Amino acid sequence: MENKSLDKEIKQFVAFKVGDQEYGADIHKVSIIEKTLTTARVPTTPDYIKGVVNLRGEIVTVMSLRLKFGLPEIEEDDDTRTVIFKFNEALLGIIVDAVDEVISLKESDIESVTQITNDRSLDYILGIAKVEGRLITLLNIEKLITELLEK
Amino acid sequence: MDMNQYLDIFIEEAREHLQQLNVSLLELEKDNRNKEVLNEVFRVAHTLKGMSGTMGFSKMQTLTHRMEDVLDALRNDRFIADSNMVDVLFKCLDALEIYVNTIAATAQEGDEAFLDVVGELQKIMQNTGSGEKAENKASMPDKAKDIKKEEPAVKSEIVELNQYDINVIKRAIETDMNVFQIHVVLDKGCLLKAARAFIVFQILEKNSEVIKSIPKVEDIEDERFGYDFTVVVITEKTEEFFKQEINSVAEISAVEIVPVILDDLDSTEAEEEDFSNNDIDKIEAVASAALAQNNTADQHKKFQKTGKTVRVDIERLDILMNLVSELIIIKTRLEESSVSKDDANVESIEYLERITTSLHDAVMRVRMVPVETVFNRFPRMIRDISRELKKDIELHMSGEETELDRTVIDEIGDPLIHILRNSADHGLETHEERLKVNKSAAGNIYLRAFQDGNNVVIEVEDDGRGIDVEKVRKKIIQKGMESQEFVSTLSDKEVIEYLFKPNFSTADKVTDLSGRGVGLDVVKTKIEALGGIVEVDSTRGKGSKFIIRIPLTLAIIQALLVKIGSEKYAIPLGSIQEIENVKPQDIRLVRNQEVILLRDMVIPIVRLGNILGVPDAVPDEEKKSITCVIAKKGEKLSAFMVDSLIGQQEIVIKSLGKILAGVKYIAGATILGDGNVALILDVNSLAI
Repeated sequence: MENKSLDKEIKQFVAFKVGDQEYGADIHKVSIIEKTLTTARVPTTPDYIKGVVNLRGEIVTVMSLRLKFGLPEIEEDDDTRTVIFKFNEALLGIIVDAVDEVISLKESDIESVTQITNDRSLDYILGIAKVEGRLITLLNIEKLITELLEK
Repeated sequence: MDMNQYLDIFIEEAREHLQQLNVSLLELEKDNRNKEVLNEVFRVAHTLKGMSGTMGFSKMQTLTHRMEDVLDALRNDRFIADSNMVDVLFKCLDALEIYVNTIAATAQEGDEAFLDVVGELQKIMQNTGSGEKAENKASMPDKAKDIKKEEPAVKSEIVELNQYDINVIKRAIETDMNVFQIHVVLDKGCLLKAARAFIVFQILEKNSEVIKSIPKVEDIEDERFGYDFTVVVITEKTEEFFKQEINSVAEISAVEIVPVILDDLDSTEAEEEDFSNNDIDKIEAVASAALAQNNTADQHKKFQKTGKTVRVDIERLDILMNLVSELIIIKTRLEESSVSKDDANVESIEYLERITTSLHDAVMRVRMVPVETVFNRFPRMIRDISRELKKDIELHMSGEETELDRTVIDEIGDPLIHILRNSADHGLETHEERLKVNKSAAGNIYLRAFQDGNNVVIEVEDDGRGIDVEKVRKKIIQKGMESQEFVSTLSDKEVIEYLFKPNFSTADKVTDLSGRGVGLDVVKTKIEALGGIVEVDSTRGKGSKFIIRIPLTLAIIQALLVKIGSEKYAIPLGSIQEIENVKPQDIRLVRNQEVILLRDMVIPIVRLGNILGVPDAVPDEEKKSITCVIAKKGEKLSAFMVDSLIGQQEIVIKSLGKILAGVKYIAGATILGDGNVALILDVNSLAI
C-alpha cells in the first residue's frame, strides 16, 4: 500500500542540458538514449529537423532542441546525446548537449509556469522543478511530437 | 462455446463465397437455364446457410435458407429464373454482404433483418407454390431420391462406387450376405462429433465389414464432416439389428438403412449398353451426366487444393518480409567489407547472396495475389451502372491472373472503380448517340492487366467519345488555373494532364456516379502513393485509355546510388532510362526551362543539388562534364544532374516514419551496408 501511494506521487524524469538550461522529460516517454548517430539530411524540412538516422533497422527522425529553441548550433562532442522518444507510435530523436541523470520528483516539487520564462521553449513546458537549488524545466514531449505530426 | 477464434475464418470464407455467388449470378443472368451455374449458386447458398448457422448468425441463416428454397426450386425446374428473380437474388447478395461487413466490424450480425428481401423471396415461392406442390408429390414415392435431394453432397458420392466395390458387393450378395447403405445423422447440438462417429464405427466394425465410407474414415476421425455420414457395409446381421444398435448411441438424430441391391448396380451397366444404341437422347443424358461427374471431380480437386493451403495473417508476412530486408542489408554489408580476395569468404558470401535472393523471391511470391481478387467485383458494378445510366455496357476483362503485391491489391480497388465509373459515365455515349456515329449500341469497356518488366500495367479503355480537349482548355481558363496565352501553348497531352488536378471536373451535370468533386486527382494521388503513375491516351470520337503502371513490389528494389555533394541518394532502377554525360555548353534554354538534346529528344534538366538544397553540392559550372541520370515518368523523360555515381544496389525501402511522412521529393529511406541512411528520390515528383 505504501509503495503504491508513493508511486502516485513520485515521477521520474530524465534530466538533460541544452545550452545553459537544464530540462527534464517524463521517463515513460523515453525509449532509449544514444550517443550521436550519423544523420541523413532530409530536404525541404525546417532546419531544426536534423534528418533521419538508422536505429537498429528503424528510420527515426532527429531534431535539434538547440535549433528548435532558437539557440546557436554547437559542435557535437563526447557529451552529446540523442534521446529517442516514443509517442503515438512516432519515434523522435532529440539531440541534447548532455544527459545528466534520472531524477525523482514529487508532485509538490513541480510548479506550473506562466510568466517565469519568456523564451521560445515556453510552449512546450509542463512545469518547473526545483531540485537541490537547480531549476529544471520539464518538457511536454507529447505536444512537441503531436505538433510535428500535424505538419 | 467460444466462437471468436473462428470469426476471422468465417468472415474470410463468407467473403469468398459471396464473391463466387456474385460471379455465378452474373452468369445466371446471361444464361438462365444453366444447370451447372444454378447448382453452384445453390451450393454456395447452402454452405453460407450452414456456416452462418454454426456461428449463430440466425438472421443471415434465415435469409440464406429462403434463398436456398428459391434456388432449389429453380434447379429442379419448377420455374425459370427471369431477370426480376435474378435482381432479387442480387439483393440477397447485397444483404448478405452487409451482414458479413457488419460481422467483420462488430462481431454481431446487426439488427437489420432485410424483411423486404425475404418477403420477395417468399413471394417468388408463393407465386409458384401450387405447381411446386404437385411436383413435390410426383417425386415423393421415390424415397431414395428424396434423401439425395436433401443431401446433395452425399448424393453424388454414393453413386461413386468403383468397380472394385461393386465386385465386392456382388460377391457378398452371391454368398447371401446383406449389403446396407447406412446413413447416420448426428444431433445438430452434438459437440464431440468425431467421438460419436467413432462409437458408431465400433459397432459397425464389430458386426460387419465397412467397405465404403463417405466422408473417408480419416476425415471423420479428424472431425472433417458435417453432421452426417454414409457407410456401405457387408454383414450377416439384419437391418433391424443395426438400427437398434446405432440408435442406442447418444446424440444420434436419425439412422437410415437402405439395402443395396445388385439390380441398382447393374442398371448403370445397362445404361452404358443403351449408349451404344445411338439413341440421341441417351447420348445427351450420358454426356451431361459425365459433365456433372467431371464437375464434382473438379470440385473435389479444388477442395483438395484448398485443403493444402494455409491462411496467414498479412502482418506475419510483413514481419517475414522485414526479416528478409534485414538479411539483405547485412548481406550488402558483408559484401562491402570483404575487400580481401580471401577465396573461402568470397565463395560463402556469394552463396549467401544466392540464398537471400531466392528467399526474397519466395517471400515476395507468397505475398502476391492475382488482380482477379480486385477485378471480380467489377462485372457486377458495371451491370449496376449500366442499368442506372440506361446504357448498354460490355465489360471485357483480361489478364486477371496477373499478380501484384497484397498491399497494392488492397489499395488499387478504389482508383480502378473511379476510372471505370468515369469511363461508363463520361466516356461512353448514350445509346442514341452511339447509333448516330455508327458505333455498336452497346459501349465497350476493356479492363486489361499485364506485366511489363518490373511493372504491372492496368489499362481501362473505352470506345466512347474521347476527351474533348478544347472543353478542357476552356475549363482551365474558366477556373483561372492558367492564362489563356499559356493554355494555347500547351499540347493536347499536357492539357489532359489537368484532368488530374484537384477540383477539376468537366462534367456538365453532376450525376450520382461521378463528378462529385472528388475527381481524378484522388486517383492520381493514390496511384502515386503506391509508387505508380497514371496516364491518359484519348482520341476524340474513338475513346480514351487510362494506363496505370505500378511497381511489382514495394519492399525491395534495385536502385542506383548517386552522390550529390557528400549526400547519398538512391534512384529506383525501374525509373531510369539511361545515364549520359553532358557538357555544360550543351545545355539550352527553351521556354525558360533548361534542356538537353539527346538523339533529337528534348529532355528537361533537373539540377538535383539545387532542388534538394544540398549544402556542399559541386556547382555544375565547375564541372567539365555533368553526369545526368535520365529518368522516365511514364513516357516522359527528365535528366537528373548528379555529382557522381556510386553503383547499383539492391535496397530495402523503409518509410521515413510518421513525422516526416509526405516530405516532398523523397519516396522513402534505405539503410546502406555501412549502416548509414540514404534517401530514395521520388522520381514522380522531381520530374518536370
